[in-house]
Amino acid sequence: MIERSEVMGQPEPALADHPSAPDPAPVPLSAVDAVARMASPESPVPAEAVPVGGGAAELPVNGYPGGLDTVSNATATPGDLQPYAELGLRDDEYDRIRQILRRRPTQSELAMYSIMWSEHCSYKSSKVHLRQFGEKAPPSDRMLAGIGENAGVIQISEQLAVTFKVESHNHPSFVEPHQGAATGVGGIVRDILAMGARPVAVMDPLRFGAADHPDTARVLPGVVAGIGTYGNSLGLPNIGGEVVFDACYQGNPLVNALCLGVLPVQRLQNKAAAGPGNVVVLLGAKTGRDGIGGVSVLASATFDDGSAQRRPSVQVGDPFMEKLLIEACLELYDAQLVVGIQDLGGAGLTCALTETAAAAGTGMRVWLERVELREASMQPHEILASESQERMLLIVAPEKLDAVLRIAEKWGVPASAIGEVTGAPEGSGPGRLLVTWQGHTVVDVPPGSLVDDGPVYARPMREPADLILLQADRAETLPRPATAEALRETLLRMIASPNLCDKTWVTEQYDRYVLGNTVLAQPEDAGVIRIDERSGLGVAISVDGNGRYTRLDPYHGAKLALAEAYRNVAVTGAKPVAVTDCLNFGSPEDPGVMWQFAEAVRGLADGCAELGIPVTGGNVSFYNQTGAAAIHPTPVVGVLGVLDDVAERVPMGFARTTGNDHDLIFLLGETRLELSGSEWAWVTHEHLGGVPPKVNLAAERSLAELIAEAARVGHLRSAHDLSDGGLAQALVESSLRHGVGARIALPEGFTAGSMPFVFLFSESAGRAMVAVPRGHEKAFTALCVERGVSWTLIGVTDTAGNELEIRDQFTIGLPELRAAHSATLPGLFGEGAATLAESVATGTSTPDAEPTGSDQGDTDPIVGTAPAGPDGADRAEPVGSDGAASAPAAGPAAAAGPDEAPAAPGDAAPATAASGDAARGAAASGDAASTTAANPDTATANPDEAASPSAATASPDAAAAGPDEAASPDAATASPDGAAGPDAAAAAGDAAPGAKVSGDGASSTAAGDQEAAARTDAGDRPTD
Amino acid sequence: MTARIGVVTFPGSLDDRDAARAARIAGAEVVSLWHDDPDLHGVDAVVLPGGFSYGDYLRCGAIARFAPVMGTIAAGARAGLPVLGICNGFQILCEAHLLPGALTRNQHLHFRNRDQVLRIESAGTAWTNAYQPGQEILIPVKNGEGCYVADERTLDELEATGRVVARYLGGNPNGSLRDIAGISNEAGNVVGLMPHPEHAVEALTGPSLDGLGFFTSILKHLAGVPA
Repeated sequence: MIERSEVMGQPEPALADHPSAPDPAPVPLSAVDAVARMASPESPVPAEAVPVGGGAAELPVNGYPGGLDTVSNATATPGDLQPYAELGLRDDEYDRIRQILRRRPTQSELAMYSIMWSEHCSYKSSKVHLRQFGEKAPPSDRMLAGIGENAGVIQISEQLAVTFKVESHNHPSFVEPHQGAATGVGGIVRDILAMGARPVAVMDPLRFGAADHPDTARVLPGVVAGIGTYGNSLGLPNIGGEVVFDACYQGNPLVNALCLGVLPVQRLQNKAAAGPGNVVVLLGAKTGRDGIGGVSVLASATFDDGSAQRRPSVQVGDPFMEKLLIEACLELYDAQLVVGIQDLGGAGLTCALTETAAAAGTGMRVWLERVELREASMQPHEILASESQERMLLIVAPEKLDAVLRIAEKWGVPASAIGEVTGAPEGSGPGRLLVTWQGHTVVDVPPGSLVDDGPVYARPMREPADLILLQADRAETLPRPATAEALRETLLRMIASPNLCDKTWVTEQYDRYVLGNTVLAQPEDAGVIRIDERSGLGVAISVDGNGRYTRLDPYHGAKLALAEAYRNVAVTGAKPVAVTDCLNFGSPEDPGVMWQFAEAVRGLADGCAELGIPVTGGNVSFYNQTGAAAIHPTPVVGVLGVLDDVAERVPMGFARTTGNDHDLIFLLGETRLELSGSEWAWVTHEHLGGVPPKVNLAAERSLAELIAEAARVGHLRSAHDLSDGGLAQALVESSLRHGVGARIALPEGFTAGSMPFVFLFSESAGRAMVAVPRGHEKAFTALCVERGVSWTLIGVTDTAGNELEIRDQFTIGLPELRAAHSATLPGLFGEGAATLAESVATGTSTPDAEPTGSDQGDTDPIVGTAPAGPDGADRAEPVGSDGAASAPAAGPAAAAGPDEAPAAPGDAAPATAASGDAARGAAASGDAASTTAANPDTATANPDEAASPSAATASPDAAAAGPDEAASPDAATASPDGAAGPDAAAAAGDAAPGAKVSGDGASSTAAGDQEAAARTDAGDRPTD
Repeated sequence: MTARIGVVTFPGSLDDRDAARAARIAGAEVVSLWHDDPDLHGVDAVVLPGGFSYGDYLRCGAIARFAPVMGTIAAGARAGLPVLGICNGFQILCEAHLLPGALTRNQHLHFRNRDQVLRIESAGTAWTNAYQPGQEILIPVKNGEGCYVADERTLDELEATGRVVARYLGGNPNGSLRDIAGISNEAGNVVGLMPHPEHAVEALTGPSLDGLGFFTSILKHLAGVPA
């Protein structure tokens, strides 16, 4: 497949030595058995006998007397006018082709150059910028293959490597959503396959126009069904992705597809067509007229009113053939029957032939009539340009051809030997690609001239004129909710908004279980796949992008996308090691777009350098533009991380705890007033302006290292990245995942006016929310100190509570949250996702509110009160096996009480203490304890119990503080906003130097807090 | 002696490795069977796994039933060979007339993958004897054509003779009549099940371990332990 190349075009060195060959071809055939076996004639067929489809009148591109434009014909008729402009070539590009060939190109050659030199294939506008990925790349001893290959390959153990890449299929998916998206999956899967890997998972970052736009109702269901149909039929679990809506994508939806593959290190394949005499085999589906001109005409021009007529340019997928192709190729690799391999994607055979030859510096002799066709009337240029799916080009040693054909036959995959690798005509320099059709030479070109010598443009760039004004219009100045009621309404509105709502309607159309190695899948922050069943070795992957941020500041927006994907991988406990990217932009001919692109690439390259992880491959999609309106610049970044043992992965949902237990919820990182570009600004004010949140990659790195370490030693029960929608979104998602509520106290500095809103909805980067089992908090916070990550204890999980409480603000039951969160997409796109008969009958608008009950057996308390169901008779939710829930149904409040009460005196008792730590050290962790127990919920929920929790906390100061509400929030906030630092430092006791935890001085006062904390506890709990 | 369980791979089979893994976890020796080879290699029981055999561009399972291996399996099944068809395997068993009825396009027309609660209605088959009758289990369901249909008389007969093996609870994912998720033949050696027990055999990768019972059941059955 087409890949970006770092190599700049160089002047064709061998031009003078190789004048175009006369027709018929003089290149001698080596008399290899294998070749001799090939079906077709060696001897030229007389021209008059050639069936050329009925003569000149039917030739679609250009008519030639005699019906076929051969090399000799081209030489003889240098003045013929050719439709190069219609094929997307500029005057100077056409002139350059004539220069290279020293004649006019034949019809076939013109088609080949036009597609290979198109933006899509040649990266002519992006090359000069993409070089940074190589130049700035941090050293990596894991990378076995990088940019320029079909996909990057990363070694993850002595024996195993993984390969992954994300690619776009945007334009086809707008024209024909189902097939466009389906073949997008097919294409990226073949890229992965071509590296020698078994594809093991896919992910799909998707962006659509406004959720309620009528055309979105056409595009989205088609895209989702296409991805589902193709991926499901291949048996590849779909483990994550994105579904984003924004009016800017209305005419240009972004359908990106990522695939992950696994290979034993020694099975790594390459695409070089090495070894003159080797046979060129086309394996896979027959070649048809689908997708002709797809790359040049379709993907490299801005959409206009004629788009609807381009439907025939979209390829049609056959996932069954692809599945067979996968199995056949893997068997071929294992039997070591393949010298080189390349998938056929954009630019079809043209690309595969020229890239494989160019990679080896060899030439190639191809008999085009040996290509199996779906339509016998196809012309040479059509065969060369066809983008028929499910095809691979193999280079095979002649003596192994039989074995190759046998394996192909076993899997029922058509295979034909269509040519052979040749050396340089005069024994030196690169070879030539010589293609004949029924004995006539129709192509005679230096393969490198199509692959590497395409035009390269340093296109003009200019910062968009409106950017300064846009950045000055900050969302921080918008009116913010400042009352509890307004905040409550905002939360419900936000979690129901199209970008933040539950995406089950989409993701349940994808198989996430097949292959049996899916450890985490959507809606988790990252997908996690087990690679080695014995050792538990696995990888985590996430793909993220934020067009709004990038619109406001492409350099930092790209870094933010990188940071988010990196963080999403990190919160699973994985160590991020590599990056892939799909750069979706408008027209490169618009200087403003080009500037955005350059800035984004620079940001991404710098970001990768700062994080110490290389870009291993990806693709660029330009011309995502309808008329003058370009999409938001949208770099989508995929990060891959390694987990030594997937059993240690950290999921995002609050875990069910038994008995009286609950986990402590910590917010890691610092929350600032950062609302520009936020989901909130967009949803509630349709506002886009200001500058995006600050990005600090050093802090991201510390956070990642902290989480990986904490996960490894078992400090984390759950972890969730904070991004779009801020803490509020994370809390809701973590609560709804397993139906476990939470009680949150606002930290110091976030309690008054609109600050509670800021705390909940700011989108400051570098943050994560983690749940720590009781008893681990001291060690955990000490680790935070050691890693320089600021932490804030913000509350506790509440398994029995069945509600989310933001103390002093509001309490919302999980059923209400779930109803709001999950009704949006079914409401927009139909009840397909809702449970059938019953829901129709009862008019329930919410699809299976507790569909998965991911822990079996637990009867989700939600069940009883379930979703929006107007009549209490909501169909029974999937009830776990033990009706345990029915008991606590008594009510969250009541439940909360008893839950905490026993905990209090018993183990939460502060006194257990300090286990040798300085008293003040104890304070910090004790302060955690205090939050736990004294946490308002207990007190408020169950006044009678108040005594015990407060006792639990720290009797003395609770008492001192008077009302325990006062005591606990205090305690709770002891650590927030950087205050965490000193506090934690103290906690660590021994880790004294950690004192300046909070990194960049954001640490606020905290003095009082520390005191409070210190007072709060005499002690600490033992760790378990 | 370890029970030998054959797992058939048709072109387009997808959950064959998973079925093999589940059988192995349950303690069986797994033998891979190939669609084009009528020889069952002496296996004691057969699993027809999920997937899209031969692409299923025609009716699901309509081509697979004619595979060489299916001739042997059908004959064996009629003679008592235990056969479990999961998802596509269930479709193939219906197409092969080893089970009554048919599986049609999901009523809502979407492929759907979710964790599904089932009630084991019959613990009397070769594949369900490790469960208690009425036991509720949670295993993944994932299909595009899983809507079980049959005429009323057949449905009544299935119910009356205890051949409804499992039923969907808490929401029918595909519109199957009478919430039927799985059925058996009269003898109880052939079972078809739309959901995927093989994806609920490991805590790390499944929603539960509830699926393992199908595979321990067959071992029990083969060991001659009365159900």
